[in-house]
Amino acid sequence: MANEGDGASAVPSVPNFTRDEELHALRQMLLIRRFEEKAGQLYGMGVVAGFCHLYIGQEAVVVGAKMAAREGDEFTTSYRDHGHMLASGMDPRGVMAELAGKRGGYSKGKGGSMHMFSREKNFFGGHGIVGAPAPIGAGIALANAYRGDGKASLTFFGEGAANQGQVYETFNMAALWKLPVLFIVENNHYAMGTSLTRAAAQTDFAMRGAAFGIPGHQVDGMDVRAVRAATAEALEWCRSGKGPYLLEAQTYRYRGHSMSDPAKYRSKEEVQKMREEHDPIEQVRLRLLADGVNEDELKKIDANVRKIVADAADFAMGDKEPDPSELYTDVLA
Amino acid sequence: MTINVLMPALSPTMEQGKLAKWLKSEGDAVKAGDVIAEIETDKATMEVEAVDEGVLARILVPGGTENVAVNTPIAVIAGEGEDASAIEAPPATKAPTPPSAPQDEAGEAPKARREAAIEAAAPAPKPATVAAPPAVSAAPEVPAGTTMIPMTMREALRDAMAEEMRRDPSVFIMGEEVGEYQGAYKVTQGLLQEFGPMRVRDTPITEYGFAGVGVGAAFAGLRPIVEFMTFNFSMQAIDHIVNSAAKTLYMSGGQIHCPIVFRGPNGAAARVGAQHSQDYGAWYSQVPGLIVVSPSNASDAKGLLKAAIRNDNPVVFLENEILYGKTSEVPALEDFVLPIGKARIARPGTDVTLVSFSIGMTYALGAAEALAKDGIEAEVIDLRTLRPMDTQTLVESVKKTGRCVAIEEGWPQCGIASEVAARLHQEAFDYLDAPIARVTGKDVPMPYAANLEKLALPSVAEVVAAAKAVLYRA
Ligand SMILES: Cc1ncc(C[n+]2csc(CCOP(=O)(O)OP(=O)(O)O)c2C)c(N)n1
Ligand SMILES: [Mg+2]
Repeated sequence: MANEGDGASAVPSVPNFTRDEELHALRQMLLIRRFEEKAGQLYGMGVVAGFCHLYIGQEAVVVGAKMAAREGDEFTTSYRDHGHMLASGMDPRGVMAELAGKRGGYSKGKGGSMHMFSREKNFFGGHGIVGAPAPIGAGIALANAYRGDGKASLTFFGEGAANQGQVYETFNMAALWKLPVLFIVENNHYAMGTSLTRAAAQTDFAMRGAAFGIPGHQVDGMDVRAVRAATAEALEWCRSGKGPYLLEAQTYRYRGHSMSDPAKYRSKEEVQKMREEHDPIEQVRLRLLADGVNEDELKKIDANVRKIVADAADFAMGDKEPDPSELYTDVLA
Repeated sequence: MTINVLMPALSPTMEQGKLAKWLKSEGDAVKAGDVIAEIETDKATMEVEAVDEGVLARILVPGGTENVAVNTPIAVIAGEGEDASAIEAPPATKAPTPPSAPQDEAGEAPKARREAAIEAAAPAPKPATVAAPPAVSAAPEVPAGTTMIPMTMREALRDAMAEEMRRDPSVFIMGEEVGEYQGAYKVTQGLLQEFGPMRVRDTPITEYGFAGVGVGAAFAGLRPIVEFMTFNFSMQAIDHIVNSAAKTLYMSGGQIHCPIVFRGPNGAAARVGAQHSQDYGAWYSQVPGLIVVSPSNASDAKGLLKAAIRNDNPVVFLENEILYGKTSEVPALEDFVLPIGKARIARPGTDVTLVSFSIGMTYALGAAEALAKDGIEAEVIDLRTLRPMDTQTLVESVKKTGRCVAIEEGWPQCGIASEVAARLHQEAFDYLDAPIARVTGKDVPMPYAANLEKLALPSVAEVVAAAKAVLYRA
């Protein structure tokens, strides 16, 4: 999958993970995968409604980025956000309850799948407007620079969003003001039904910051080790006062854009090939097995993750809808 | 042949300026293009060039003179060979030039036209001097005996920001030309010098982007003041104002606050045409999660901007370019903060309620004065905050008067005046003795031509007529 950028510099070799790191990455990615599968199931049952954008296939991007981030670094993304929330350490119960529109959800049931936040975990959304995370994430970085607290803001958006004008307005300001922001373009090759090549004149997204002097780098977003390494390098750049950095993570979503996507724009074979040859979780699993970890231990991890997810689903289904009085709360501070 | 050199207008809204200094002396020869003097306004410094050749015969207004009205003769240039010393100065009293005077085609200050529109009820055209600020009853919130200082709205806004920036290090301002240029309308004058570039941040011309950046900074705990050069350009940023700033507290179940102020001049200035003359009061006041403030005088501007900066919600603060230069009394209090969401009774009365805000108050107060001459006592209410709207003050007034005219420069459909009418019909129907009337900007893009622009805006005469109509008096 890795199409190490022609124009952009590339990490030469992928540094290995320790066994603990592999296990950590596996747990995190599995949690996201199983959570998303469950969310899809609950959608089919009518428990989850609205748009529900699943992250399945892209797990290595946010998990690798999170492994490189420091405590306190802020994460901001768009509506395909469940993975980012779980990776940020948010409680799966609260996330699932929000998907179900229940009072125990992170936004008391008032935000839904696309709009969730956690002040405590420094997760700044969850934004339904394509492209919006770019300036918001840069603004958070501006606050970091203003306070000089050494934190960096990790800002994710899709390759489709990367065509938005506000992204370039933001690149300009972030570079001009040397803001500690890492832009991560999650290039899953489709924006709804529009393939990358039908929408983008320049498909090397790592180059999209070049006009502003923002260094860019393409990374294999299906390999959690590569993402972590590239993120670590990029964050060092951001934190050292040099300003923004742009990572393009080449990735793929297995599921439809949202739950109602008939997926006529790509072949089953294309999806199948990605799943079989590049699956981010399978890659880790195989490495762990090769390293001598036994199958049973991995099964135990999976069983444990399933338990967490089942508990989150039970919680969400058992939880109550918000009290009608909540209709008028939180409009103003 | 002698030629009068007139005090030039540097902008469509300029009414007066300071003649800073003369660069030529009486008796000097000048040719077209020579810089002969420098003038200053609160917005800019400009050079006055001679347009004719000759001798600077007389200097009529000495260097250093403040408040020289636009179109006042400031010097006389005599043609070659004329006896400069024989030239008489025009009488000093003639200084200000009425809009209908002959000099007009050369330099009618469009502002003069606005004044004329506002004064339409008066029989004779008035000189284009600075109109005395409308009689503003002292803010009810000011303790009796407080010293009042006259101040322009521009200065009041600047002081409000400076005071809040001194008080709270998380307050900063960003926008186009707010720093080095000292503000496109000089509202941020001196702030860069006092607070430095980190807290007074010049932005590129990227409204959508910097509005979003401001919102992100506010989410992360800072208190940004985002200046739009004018609110017309906030149309590019409205997505972040509405979708990101206004809705996130709700969408986050109360977790993520957005303490940000979006401010700048709103509505029509003068003679800048359709794309630079829109009033956004109605647009933003429709949005839950926003607070919308629009003051009409320096005192309210100061007290409300300070309140807006301290408020934990996104506040859209709609100023007005024409009002920037207007002087009114501001209380000399250490920390003058006004309550958001409270209307002000600007003039008490018993016969009809006139409701407006921002520059609309000029028509309302002008009409009240004209009506008083006919024995009609109008109560004039300044909404000050458009959202949340102070319905109670409106209802109380209408209970007394039974009649209401709502006035705004914005468009009629779904406007602030419509909202006032709807609320009063719901909450004071039994007290109404006549349908509520509206006087608004006309339902057209703002025309450029002076006569059409005048027609497109409300006038005192229209307000007077509407008030008489709801009173069933001819
Ligand atoms: C401004 C805006 N326009 C259109 C949409 C509708 N929309 C939602 S997601 C999407 C595709 C975005 O694709 P991409 O940025 O590649 O992200 P991905 O969904 O692949 O994660 C579109 C068009 C929107 N939410 N916001
Ligand atoms: Mg995409």
